[in-house]
Parts: sequence; C-alpha cells; structure tokens
Amino acid sequence: MSNIIDLKLFELVEKIKKKEISSTEVTKAFIDRSQKSKKLNSYITENFENALQKAKQFDEKPDFNKKLPGIPLAVKDLFCTKNIRTTAGSKILENFIPTYESTVTQNILNEGGIIIGKLNCDEFAMGSSNETSFFGNVQNPISENLVPGGSSGGSSSALAANLTPATIGTDTGGSIRQPASFTGTVGLKPTYGSCSRYGIVAFASSLDQAGPMTQNVKDCALMLEVISSYDNKDSTSVDFKRGQYLKDLNENIKGKKIGIPKQYRVDGMPKEIEELWKKGMKIIEDNGGEIIEINLPNTNYALPTYYIVAPAEASSNLARYDGVKYGFRSKGENLIDMYEKTRSEGFGDEVKRRIMIGTYVLSSGYYDAYYLKAQKVRRLIKNDFDEAYKKVDAILTPSTPSSAFKIGEKTNDPVSMYLNDIFTVPINLAGLPAISIPAGHDKSGYPLGLQVIGKAFDEQNILNIAYSIEKNINFKNNINDWWIN
Amino acid sequence: MTIDLKTVKHISKLSRISIDDNKAKKLSDDLNSIFKFIEKLEELDTEKIEPLASIAETNLKLRKDEIKSKNIREDILKNSPEDNKDFFVVPKVVE
Repeated sequence: MSNIIDLKLFELVEKIKKKEISSTEVTKAFIDRSQKSKKLNSYITENFENALQKAKQFDEKPDFNKKLPGIPLAVKDLFCTKNIRTTAGSKILENFIPTYESTVTQNILNEGGIIIGKLNCDEFAMGSSNETSFFGNVQNPISENLVPGGSSGGSSSALAANLTPATIGTDTGGSIRQPASFTGTVGLKPTYGSCSRYGIVAFASSLDQAGPMTQNVKDCALMLEVISSYDNKDSTSVDFKRGQYLKDLNENIKGKKIGIPKQYRVDGMPKEIEELWKKGMKIIEDNGGEIIEINLPNTNYALPTYYIVAPAEASSNLARYDGVKYGFRSKGENLIDMYEKTRSEGFGDEVKRRIMIGTYVLSSGYYDAYYLKAQKVRRLIKNDFDEAYKKVDAILTPSTPSSAFKIGEKTNDPVSMYLNDIFTVPINLAGLPAISIPAGHDKSGYPLGLQVIGKAFDEQNILNIAYSIEKNINFKNNINDWWIN
Repeated sequence: MTIDLKTVKHISKLSRISIDDNKAKKLSDDLNSIFKFIEKLEELDTEKIEPLASIAETNLKLRKDEIKSKNIREDILKNSPEDNKDFFVVPKVVE
C-alpha cells in the first residue's frame, strides 16, 4: 500500500470504509508528518493527543455512513473550536479558548472528522502572504523562504506538504484562492450565504466566506458538501437546496459558455500567466465548451472599493477587542488608557492600519465621499457580473497576477501587496462562488492557478468545469521535502 | 487630499489605538499611499446608483428569543484577562 499521507482525501475515506486502514493509523500518519514539519510553521496550535484519542474512539465504534469517517483535519485558526485555543493569528487572542464551536467545524465533527490542529494565518485574515501573523511567517513547501500566500497561508502550506489531507480556510478578498494558487492546490470560495459565518472570527462580514482547500477537485466537492449548510445562527445564511456536489461531479462541459473578461489582461502580467489562461481556454473548447469574450468594465475599481468596504467593516468588527471580557489586556491609568494601550500592543501593524482606514472612511464628514461611494461602486461591479451572466455560464481568469513571492519582498509597500488580490476581490464584492485550480508552473517552477467564477449558488457548475480542466492538465506539484532533515 | 500627522492622531483617538510619534509618521505615509489608490473611485459618476450594503438582500428571519446555552458563566469568565469568578473587572471608572 502506498504511503497514507500520499492518499487523496476521497481515497482515505474509501479505505477507512472498507476497513483497509483505521482512523488511528491515518491520524498517526498525518501527526507524524506534522511533527517532522515544524520548520514550515503551519500550525499555531496542535491538538494531537486529543485527536489520537478521538481516532481510537472512532475505531472502537466506527460509523461508516459519515462523509469524513475518522478523518483527521487541521483547520485555519480563524474558526472557533470549543475548548481548543483560537487566536486568529493575533496577540490579542493569544490565550482565547472558545466556549462554543463554529458551525463549519461542527459540520466537520458531525460527519466524523477529527481536528488535529489550528493552522497559521494572517492576523485577523488581513494579509496576502501570512506575514502579518503574530505567530510568525509560514514557509511554502514549494521552496524555502517563499510565502504560502494568505491569509489562509498555514492552511495552504499544511495541505501542500501533506500535513493534513484537506483543510478549510476563509476568503474575504482571495484568502482561499490566492494561497491555493501559490501552493499548487485547489481552493473554493462558495457563494456568500452558503457556509455559515457563525463562530468564524469576523473580518468583513459582508465579504467573509469559509470554503474548502484540497489537493484535487473531487476532494473539494466532498468537503463543500460537508461544510455548506443553512444555519439560523447566521442571519445572512441562505436557505437553498444544497447539491450533492461529489455525486454530481462530472467532467462534461459540452455546450457550456465560458466568459473571458478582457479587463483581466492587466499590464505587466507575466507571459506564463497569459499562456496558462490560453491553455485553459483551449481545454474548454476541446471539450465542447464555447469561449466568449465578455466585458466587466468596472474591474479596475474593485480593489479601491474593497479597501474601503473591508476596512470599514473590520474597524467595526474589531471594536470588540478592548481587553475587557477576553483576550490580551495592557495596564492603563484609566479605562480609556487601558483600551488604547491594549489595542496598540495587541494588534499588529497591518490590522491597526486597516482599523484606522476603516475608522476614517466611516467618520463624520468622510462617510459619503468614501464609504457610501464604495457601496455604490460595489453595485456597479455586481451589475457587471449580472450582465455578463446573461451571456455565459461561468467565467475563466487567472487566479493571481503573479506566482508566489519571497518572504519580505512586499512587506514595506501595502499597495503592492494589495494588488495580489486584483483577480479575486471582485468576486467577493459580488458574492459569487469561485474556485482556483493549479494549472501550470512559471519559469522558477512555482505553481500558477486558474480561477473559474460561477453564478450565485452554482457551485456544481464551477466544480465540473474545474474537474474537466484538472483532468486535461494533469498538474503535478514539485515538492522535495526540503524542510525535513 | 493628504492625511497629516494631526489627522493620524485624530483617527488613532477615534480608533482607541495609541500611536507614538515615530509610528505616526510612517502611518501617515502608508495611509496617504493607500488613499491615493482609493481615490481612483472619484472618476466614476455614481449619482444615480443605489448603494449595495450586502449581497444577502433578504429579509431577516424572526426567531423566538430563547436561552439556549446555560451555565456557561464560569467558562466565559475564564477568558477574562483579570481573574474574578463573578464579574468582568476594569480600571476604576467613577471617582
């Protein structure tokens, strides 16, 4: 039998169901690998002992009807997990132990999954390289000193390095798709309202969505089936009939109309990405799909809109971290002084920067010029997609304008860091589903991804298109375990 | 427009984040480059456009106001930075 850690999630599920391997064996294998991989710094909190106990309990009384029968999974440290420390990558939550479980992780537990740990991420999910985490940089298993993307950087790193068979992240402006693209893995941001936000540390509530990060499209369909659910604890959860994403997964894209937005041809985009995009178009045509040029005229305004809307919502959401009821507290001369010192010492620079941008754009005299203006442009961006979807079934774009960059390369220039999300941000503003799949390598051998964007609640369609592209591309990650001595 | 040191200090006050003078200068530079980038939106005429606050433009569902989690006081207080089994403790507010 091949190595347990090399098996795909769906293969592990099959083998456990056939009793060829036990949950304990699988859990041990991923824990062993994780322990040998500390150099990657993918984990913030390990839950290994507890996970092994849970695996043993599963093996003693297995339930093979579950979708994740005794499967060990590490998850982004933005999901509240009952009795397991949840930090959101921040000093201000360094010692926070939730008394409740997020709905998404509860869904994983309900389907037999076992949480083996909490994965590193940018502080409060604000970042594109995992460099804003209080718990340090994360290494991309592709190459030393390369960022794994962000904000779900611990998730993408752990997944690509086989420390977990699958994982979940959150995506506010690209935080699932960009790290997936940087590590040669698959990441899906579901339609807004598909996965419950209950128990996810909030960043920008009108944009945040949880989603699966996996090694292939089939695993992605399985994970989406597990985590997507209607939840009355989230007032924006949408009560629609969820698909049987795995059962209905098929590569037939005959007759599908796929849009190519000309505005996504940005200046200075590497030639390899342009070629990759063309390769994707050719695969679609070869498989009976039709390529149609479309117009998303307000694309260039998406990032400026995002950098008003997201910080505005963040400044409001993060007002709760005041050192009173939980989290870090600094000593102050009086109550106000305590608040100000707690927040100054408890938050990192990027988080403070965004809180201040948000506070400013919401402040008296500037609200209309910035925040209201951004909400209006957000409507225009959504209208662009509505118009495009009258002509096409889905849209194909590159996932990112470049491959992964070196640690430290962009930390001094916030705007150049923000430009990473140029292809992913418009989708969050419009609330649409999108999947990033690995599709090739650049000249350094770093992975590049393609993004398939769907209509709202049309996850099955983009999974199928991604499945078809995946079968034709046959992508292989070049990982040589450089971090293991 | 430019965000000068005085404005940075004002925003830091509103945000309840204390900022020392060294950091304020760097922050003012960062904010200026970000706002320069944001101000691209001024090119667009949005006079007749309705603002979009959220994609989920559905009516909020009503539910019964019931207590679902009971006896969690101790657990909740365990996370408070100042130890006390009955209350959250803050610096003295009233003289």
